[in-house]
Amino acid sequence: MSVVTLTINGQLVSARAGDTILTAAREAGIDIPTLCYVDGLSAHGGCRICLVEIAGSPRLQPACFMKVGEGMEVQTDTERLRGYRRTIVELLFAEGNHICSVCVANGACELQDMAITVGMDHDRFDYIHPNRQVDLSHDRFGIDHNRCILCTRCIRACDELEGAHTWDMAGRGSHSKVITDLNEPWGESQTCTSCGKCFMACPTGAIFQKGDTVAETDHPRAKLEFLVNAREKKQWNV
Amino acid sequence: MELTDLLDIAAKERQARPPHLIRCCTAAGCLSAGSAAVLDRLRGAVHDEGLTERVGVAAVGCMRLCCQGPLVRVDSPVASSGTEGVGMKEELYQRVTPDDAGSIVGGFNGGTVTANKGDLNSAFFQLQSSVILENSGRVEPERIETYIAAEGYQSLHRVLRNFTPAQVVEEITRSGLRGRGGAAYPTGVKWATVAKNPGEKKYVVCNADEGDPGAFMNRSVLESDPHRVLEGMAIAGYAIGANQGYIYVRGEYPLAVQRLHTAIAQAGRLGLLGSHIFSSPFDFRIDLRTGAGAFVCGEETALMASIMGQRGTPTPRPPYPAEHGLWGMPTLLNNVETYANVPTIIRRGADWFASIGTEKNKGTKVFCLTGKVVNTGLVEVPLGTPLRKIVHDIGGGAPDGGTIKAVQTGGPSGGCIPAELFDTPVEYDSLARLGSIMGSGGMIVLDDKNNMVDVARYFMQFCMDESCGKCVPCRAGTVQLHRLLTRILEGRAGAEDVQQLEALCDMVKHTSLCGLGQAAPNPTLSTLRFFRHEYEALLKPGSPAQRMGLPLVAPVSANRPR
Ligand SMILES: Cc1cc2nc3c(=O)[nH]c(=O)nc-3n(C[C@H](O)[C@H](O)[C@H](O)COP(=O)(O)O)c2cc1C
Ligand code: SF4
Ligand code: SF4
Ligand code: SF4
Ligand code: FES
Ligand code: FES
Repeated sequence: MSVVTLTINGQLVSARAGDTILTAAREAGIDIPTLCYVDGLSAHGGCRICLVEIAGSPRLQPACFMKVGEGMEVQTDTERLRGYRRTIVELLFAEGNHICSVCVANGACELQDMAITVGMDHDRFDYIHPNRQVDLSHDRFGIDHNRCILCTRCIRACDELEGAHTWDMAGRGSHSKVITDLNEPWGESQTCTSCGKCFMACPTGAIFQKGDTVAETDHPRAKLEFLVNAREKKQWNV
Repeated sequence: MELTDLLDIAAKERQARPPHLIRCCTAAGCLSAGSAAVLDRLRGAVHDEGLTERVGVAAVGCMRLCCQGPLVRVDSPVASSGTEGVGMKEELYQRVTPDDAGSIVGGFNGGTVTANKGDLNSAFFQLQSSVILENSGRVEPERIETYIAAEGYQSLHRVLRNFTPAQVVEEITRSGLRGRGGAAYPTGVKWATVAKNPGEKKYVVCNADEGDPGAFMNRSVLESDPHRVLEGMAIAGYAIGANQGYIYVRGEYPLAVQRLHTAIAQAGRLGLLGSHIFSSPFDFRIDLRTGAGAFVCGEETALMASIMGQRGTPTPRPPYPAEHGLWGMPTLLNNVETYANVPTIIRRGADWFASIGTEKNKGTKVFCLTGKVVNTGLVEVPLGTPLRKIVHDIGGGAPDGGTIKAVQTGGPSGGCIPAELFDTPVEYDSLARLGSIMGSGGMIVLDDKNNMVDVARYFMQFCMDESCGKCVPCRAGTVQLHRLLTRILEGRAGAEDVQQLEALCDMVKHTSLCGLGQAAPNPTLSTLRFFRHEYEALLKPGSPAQRMGLPLVAPVSANRPR
């Protein structure tokens, strides 16, 4: 296997020929932000968060796709790239319906984290407030399309790891939507094995496990009664 | 099939042709104006007048002046005074109704023709060239014999007999032909790359997805002279070592699809496609694939995904199709018009082709002239022709005393060239310098009644609706750009909205995955460049708070106790 040398942010890095810039950078301890890329799944190239500058190339290239080349000079964190990344995240927030305070993923969401990484303190774009659906027909999982960023991680995980290919994309442009089977309710899917790999792959609160949502939070009132009985009636057994 | 058989078919076809010929346009433009009924009545009248021996009626393709359709041309031999024997007198009739048919045919028996006469000596016809459209309106698209009679398939025979594949590539390279699909990539270089890339199988793909609003050049070629494209593809197949070709046609072109089907079947029956073409070891078959109505499927990686039965979304390049195309194999992908040039280049030679056009832009180009101009239709001119000549001389200027303000070229990926710059030669590089593109050849003429912000918004809406949705900048960015343009147009915007518009244009242009998103800001940017005053005239003064009528207060930080 041949090895190539390149520079990333001025740092000399050696990489296996055929590796992507992302792999080479991460192995060298240089972090490039990503959103649609997940280790172990094929690259998608859709979110554009990982775009990098390559000296001599007029186009920005996605680090998750672009292969390393001998003598390549890559910049991953310029002023310009930071600006574009922030705009991408703002566009994502504006196109969906994200109300973090009541979201299952609040605090454990890659979109939120990315907003912090890119320094998004407010959104400069109009919120579109699209009319999107929630599908709770599956007995273990749910999908809230309001929080879906169309990264296709669920589709790839289901297809490439589980081999079920339950998920796919329907519609186009801002009307794109992930669907199960032929746009049937998830709970009626003939192909879903309920393995949960889509849930594991989803970066946001779009796909969630039942029981995790705020509304489903169990408030065990019986505990209060137990405590009162224990104190006042000295009853410890239920 | 040998060359002699081919020449035989050509000779028979010429002999069988009656001395007088009525040609009726049956391309989509004239058909929609009712030319099918005209054709029927012409045939009926010739029969009824007992003229079948003297007068033939041909169902031909587009004759360029589509706005005056249905068009009918009559060719009659005239004894000329010189030594040449017989010359041809050509007459053009326009806006022909079925009822005119009788009078046109009656003319051969001494009657007076009352149909509207057109002027073949007008600038519209006289200033045009004929390379790609040389057969358009002359051959019958549904009869291969007429194409063969026009020297069709002789170029294919010639390369199979006299050229090595490398020599074909060399000839195309020397001609200076550049791709007609928009990006203007040198065709010879592309062919050489695919020829050299290793692969157990290779493919030739013809891009006939033509989705730009206002563009119908490719449709016309396919409807009027489909064999030319098949021959071009077969020559390409020989040059790069492919045995399989695909034509990807948009589903909205049912007539083109039908004529291609017929053409492929006819060529197959004569052994001009299939196995051992002209008794050589070369096999080549062509299959059709129809698109389902997505502009993005004209983008090469999306198109190939669609051919392979997948969702038509682009993938990042590299790898390019020339290396990793259909089913991972080296694939040559060219536009309809690119292939349509090939038989002529082989027949007349690379040097002849290279003598047309300018230094870096060889050959001719077909444009679709539409919009606020007198003559709308197909225009073929050498590359480098000044825009003024196309719009004012050939196009005849603005109708109804309007004033032409600009020409939009390149559709949703292009821009607007203002009237002051109409001396610009129309070629890839000069238009690119003006922030537009030549694209595939759409030319929409705009007059002083067109608001340029509205034009920009129209194209932004097109891109927004046609975005495949794969990448964020295009999917969500075009939505925001469209909102900003709407806000400006409705008089609700201030200077800061234009700033945001420009910043977002820059971002969408540089971060989108494919050409659709990368070029979506072009119409907006180019109208901002040349018609900024039209934007500014719509802006409201002051800050957003002032515009909302909010009272001016000191900045928050100054009020807040520390
Ligand atoms: C959104 C988009 C749409 C396109 N549509 C077409 C089309 O309709 N026809 C075409 O020939 N090329 C189209 N192209 C360009 C093709 O990707 C490709 O460059 C071209 O077909 C190559 O052929 P050429 O070298 O003969 O020009 C399109 C590109 C993009 C990005
Ligand atoms: S998915 Fe993430 S960003 Fe969206 S509402 Fe939930 S926590 Fe917030
Ligand atoms: S559901 Fe989740 S994983 Fe699937 S596309 Fe939406 S955000 Fe991505
Ligand atoms: S630029 Fe637009 S059309 Fe192209 S991949 Fe991105 S979303 Fe799809
Ligand atoms: S992570 Fe590379 S494009 Fe999304
Ligand atoms: S379609 Fe008949 S002249 Fe163009």
